[in-house]
Amino acid sequence: MSRRRPTARRCLGPIVLLLALCFSPLTVHADEPLETLVQALAAKGFKAKTKAVEALAASGDAAAAPVLEALLAGKLHYVKKGRRVVRIEKRDGAKAMFDPLAGTDLGPAKRKTKKITINNKLRRTIRGALGALTLLSPSPTVRRDAARAVFRSPRADSLPLLEKALAKELDDAVAHEMRRAIAALRLTAGEDLDVRLAGAHALADFPDPQVRDLLARIANDAATPAALKAASEEGLAALNRRLELLSLIQNLFQGISLGSVLLLAAIGLAITFGVMGVINMAHGEMVMLGAYTTFVVQQLFREHLPAWDAYSLAVAIPAAFLVGGLFGIAIERGIIRWLYGRPLETLLATWGLSLILQQLVRTLFGPTNREVANPEWMSGALEITGGLAFTWNRIWIIVFALAVILALTALMRWTRFGLDMRAVTQNRRMAGAVGIRSGMVDALTFGLGSGIAGMAGVALSQIDNVSPNLGQGYIIDSFLVVVFGGVGNLWGTLVGALSLGIANKFLEPWAGAVLAKILILVAVILFIQKRPRGLFALKGRAVEN
Amino acid sequence: MTNIIGGSAMREEQILYLDGITVSFDGFRALDNLSLVFDVGQLRAIIGPNGAGKTTLMDVITGLTRPDSGEIFFQGDVDLSKLDEAAIANLGIGRKFQKPTVFESHSVFDNLELALKAERGVFATLFARLTATQRERIEAVLETIALTDVRDEIAGTLSHGQKQWLEIGMLVMQEPDLLLVDEPVAGMTDAETAQTATLLKEIARTRSVIVVEHDMAFVRDLEAPVTVLHEGRVLAEGTLDAMQNDERVIDVYLGR
Amino acid sequence: MFSRETVLFLIALGLATVLVPLANLALAPESVGHVPTYVVSLLGKYLCYALLAISVDLVWGFCGILSLGHGAFFALGGYVMGMHLMRGIGDRGVYGHPTLPDFMVFLDWKELPWYWHGLDMFPLAALLVFLVPGALAFTLGWFAFRSRVTGVYLSIITQAMTFALMLAFFRNDMGFGGNNGMTDFKELLGFDLQSDGMRNALYVASALALGFGYLLSRAITTSKLGRLLAGIRDAEARTRFLGYRVEHYKLFVFTVSAMLAGLAGALYVPQVGIINPSEFAPAISIEIVIWVAVGGRGTLWGAALGAFAINYAKTYFTGALPDAWLFVLGGLFIVSTLFLPKGIAGLLRAVAGRWPKPSARPALKPATAEAGDD
Repeated sequence: MSRRRPTARRCLGPIVLLLALCFSPLTVHADEPLETLVQALAAKGFKAKTKAVEALAASGDAAAAPVLEALLAGKLHYVKKGRRVVRIEKRDGAKAMFDPLAGTDLGPAKRKTKKITINNKLRRTIRGALGALTLLSPSPTVRRDAARAVFRSPRADSLPLLEKALAKELDDAVAHEMRRAIAALRLTAGEDLDVRLAGAHALADFPDPQVRDLLARIANDAATPAALKAASEEGLAALNRRLELLSLIQNLFQGISLGSVLLLAAIGLAITFGVMGVINMAHGEMVMLGAYTTFVVQQLFREHLPAWDAYSLAVAIPAAFLVGGLFGIAIERGIIRWLYGRPLETLLATWGLSLILQQLVRTLFGPTNREVANPEWMSGALEITGGLAFTWNRIWIIVFALAVILALTALMRWTRFGLDMRAVTQNRRMAGAVGIRSGMVDALTFGLGSGIAGMAGVALSQIDNVSPNLGQGYIIDSFLVVVFGGVGNLWGTLVGALSLGIANKFLEPWAGAVLAKILILVAVILFIQKRPRGLFALKGRAVEN
Repeated sequence: MTNIIGGSAMREEQILYLDGITVSFDGFRALDNLSLVFDVGQLRAIIGPNGAGKTTLMDVITGLTRPDSGEIFFQGDVDLSKLDEAAIANLGIGRKFQKPTVFESHSVFDNLELALKAERGVFATLFARLTATQRERIEAVLETIALTDVRDEIAGTLSHGQKQWLEIGMLVMQEPDLLLVDEPVAGMTDAETAQTATLLKEIARTRSVIVVEHDMAFVRDLEAPVTVLHEGRVLAEGTLDAMQNDERVIDVYLGR
Repeated sequence: MFSRETVLFLIALGLATVLVPLANLALAPESVGHVPTYVVSLLGKYLCYALLAISVDLVWGFCGILSLGHGAFFALGGYVMGMHLMRGIGDRGVYGHPTLPDFMVFLDWKELPWYWHGLDMFPLAALLVFLVPGALAFTLGWFAFRSRVTGVYLSIITQAMTFALMLAFFRNDMGFGGNNGMTDFKELLGFDLQSDGMRNALYVASALALGFGYLLSRAITTSKLGRLLAGIRDAEARTRFLGYRVEHYKLFVFTVSAMLAGLAGALYVPQVGIINPSEFAPAISIEIVIWVAVGGRGTLWGAALGAFAINYAKTYFTGALPDAWLFVLGGLFIVSTLFLPKGIAGLLRAVAGRWPKPSARPALKPATAEAGDD
């Protein structure tokens, strides 16, 4: 489960303010000057206020936008005496009044003012109006948000503005949003049936849940004309097909993403357990140590090199590899080498070690979660089309997992160390006879597996809580991956991790997360019944005993 | 060399009948269309270089490995390819492993008692008590394998040669019709080797015995017909002398 | 008929069975030697743990099956008892519903699920205490042993099993009280669970169950079947080629062991007054194994001793030095595997000096083997 992070707050206000000062008013002139329309906001009753907001929107004047912003933020007040509308801001602990349109300072709020209250319905209207007013902003983000706002609260009079904005639009993504809003406007507020039918047809090209809801609402509305109803239903059906496809792709991505997380956690295990045959229950703690290393590195950067904060991960990855690796070597030399050939004892001793490491980290860093921030380039999402977005942190983790497994395969295949490693694991005595120091190779191999686990911790710190229990959550899954994929086979680990990840994500929607996990567990158990040596088992002459 | 013998009527004279057995591991053919017959009451030695398929042959006969293709019949009409190890053992096929495998934390006597031919069911075993006759049988086998003096020692403390004999003794306790003996004299002194040959010849008077061995002196002592395996196939069959003069056998195995 | 160790163990257990309730009930609260009721329950809890440890030793010490899921059998026995006790609350619950337990009323359930029926009858509940864990062990074992899953693989499967059960029991819609499990029990067989008499009775019942579990395990392990199990542990292939169906033997001992664990769980729940899904946590199951390892696997009484020693230490540390406990427990895992492969029992035997020098594997019986007798 990925943690919810605070998204960058949209700082519409200042930008819109800037606009108001630099740009000449838009061409859609209202009959009355803007000041009068603003004053109308002080009217009594939500109906009157709604009318005033609509009038402001109809003015098409971007200068009205900051006023509506302030209204939405609850900063718009009126002076009780004379009902003059002002914007109230806190300044040095005291309230100060500003002219809502010009922004000129009116001095401290000495006189009695009253906040202009709004309700939810009015709030929606304001958002829609704001959307229409900011459609021509120079910032593509603002324009995109504006188009979305119009889509959410469609009003017939936004249409000409929207069409004008679309004609000028150069950014494809924004234009896409605008076309969606236009289609929705035509459908909901079109003046005749043909326009509305065209809207319904056009909407079918925008596969996202919001459009589906809109079409469903129209189709189910008793007041909808029969022809439109049919068109909406048709559009809905087409949309649902596309949405299904998209959710399939989304599930696939989620599955691959989960699979690569599993892969990262399991690769180290594939070496220590798969290649060396050592069952290391403290493997999860190596992952946890890697995550804490990331935390420490990030803290150090913030304190000493704040300008380079975004690159702390580049240091954390090798640091976590070293921390995990050194711990791994220490564990191998201190405990595991005394227990070769006694897998069950190894299991127990390393479990004890995992308890100690967890408690150690709990003592040093406290039992609560530690926050590791995503760097800029890992936050946000890559949007493919409406409703289909891949978050950058997941994409990078997939890339990272693949890079790690490729690098490891290369290391095993083409380096001297890889050769020694394979030699020792295949025939220890023969390897010793040709001059390989098997003790050294054991320690380094174990260190390599643990170091990779440490790097997995860096990746996990980007999507999961950094807590002393971090590793525990992955250890059983990692073992399942290694066992399922086939012991001693990196390719099997890759396929095992991806298939378990994808299976999990496809089962989740209809079985629920917990039941999906149980089903996977049962499936793997049954699978091991069938093929005790995993997917990619090496067959050989039956070994005696 | 008559390997292909058709019809179950003909097969009945054979304790073991293998026809066209193929076993492959990842493309490597450990046994390649192997056909062999063993007569009832025969002592037979199988020799061959490493990787010739000797141990795989034993695995196939005892149910540890399933052949990819081919037929294998015991006592004429029992299809072994459908049975598991325990069922095959209970039919009367005993197997000694290459590496001596006894119950190291049990006494010599207990080892033999566990091997004793008796009901093999869970509850029969739970409530089993030794009868006087059974006890006598164990004592007799102890005598045969020359371990009476160490009958109460923990098997793990025995010498390598003693463990080999204990394992052969356990096979005898099973009262099998066919014994498969894999390298019984590895790690033995010359005197022990000679004793083992005598022991096996003694056993072969009442049962069929197949011995896999590298030790040529021992094979000579057995005075038995020899089958040479090579690359999963029968290379030659005959007396040891004939084999030692066979060009093909010298090429692949004995060396010039 | 019994070995010296068995006799000593039974005498110690017998004394504890008689003396503790006596010291609680017969001595005045202020007198020296009085055992407060909460200590009786605490000791009763330890007795249940000891029985659980023996059940693990039966499969691990004597057959080489390292189960990391025995906590699940313990918890299932506990849940069966918990359901019986829940039914015994009747309309005295917070919502006062005559048949439905509080948590079902809270979930707005209208009817008792089918698997809750009949559990108000003690004989049926008592039977299910054995049958439910036994059935699970039989099913899992049937699959696992038949396809020859052994060693570490089997350990991981058992761990995955208890993990899956934990996830399942956390779910409200399973009908076992979800996250909170079951608690607020009132009475068992008509007696108030909070009364001193009942607490002592439960203690005695636990002690008797421990004695029963010990003797049953002893009978199994000293029989020919027991020696065969050790043979399977040491040389599984050999037993197969002798014609034994290894999977049947493993299945038998695994199922018996699970039933003993279930019995321990059933006696545990009324004494601690609660059962919840955390009992299924893999960490708990693996902790049981360390009781056995520290006590000395393959001895039965050593396992019981280990359960007592470690749980006493746990009670002490979690009270006095809570942060240090996991260091101690973790250290025990490492020290016992590296330096004390035969555990406390091995140490005691070496001190007593009457037994043969410890070898790498526990010998099942003294070297003077006259086969077939107990």
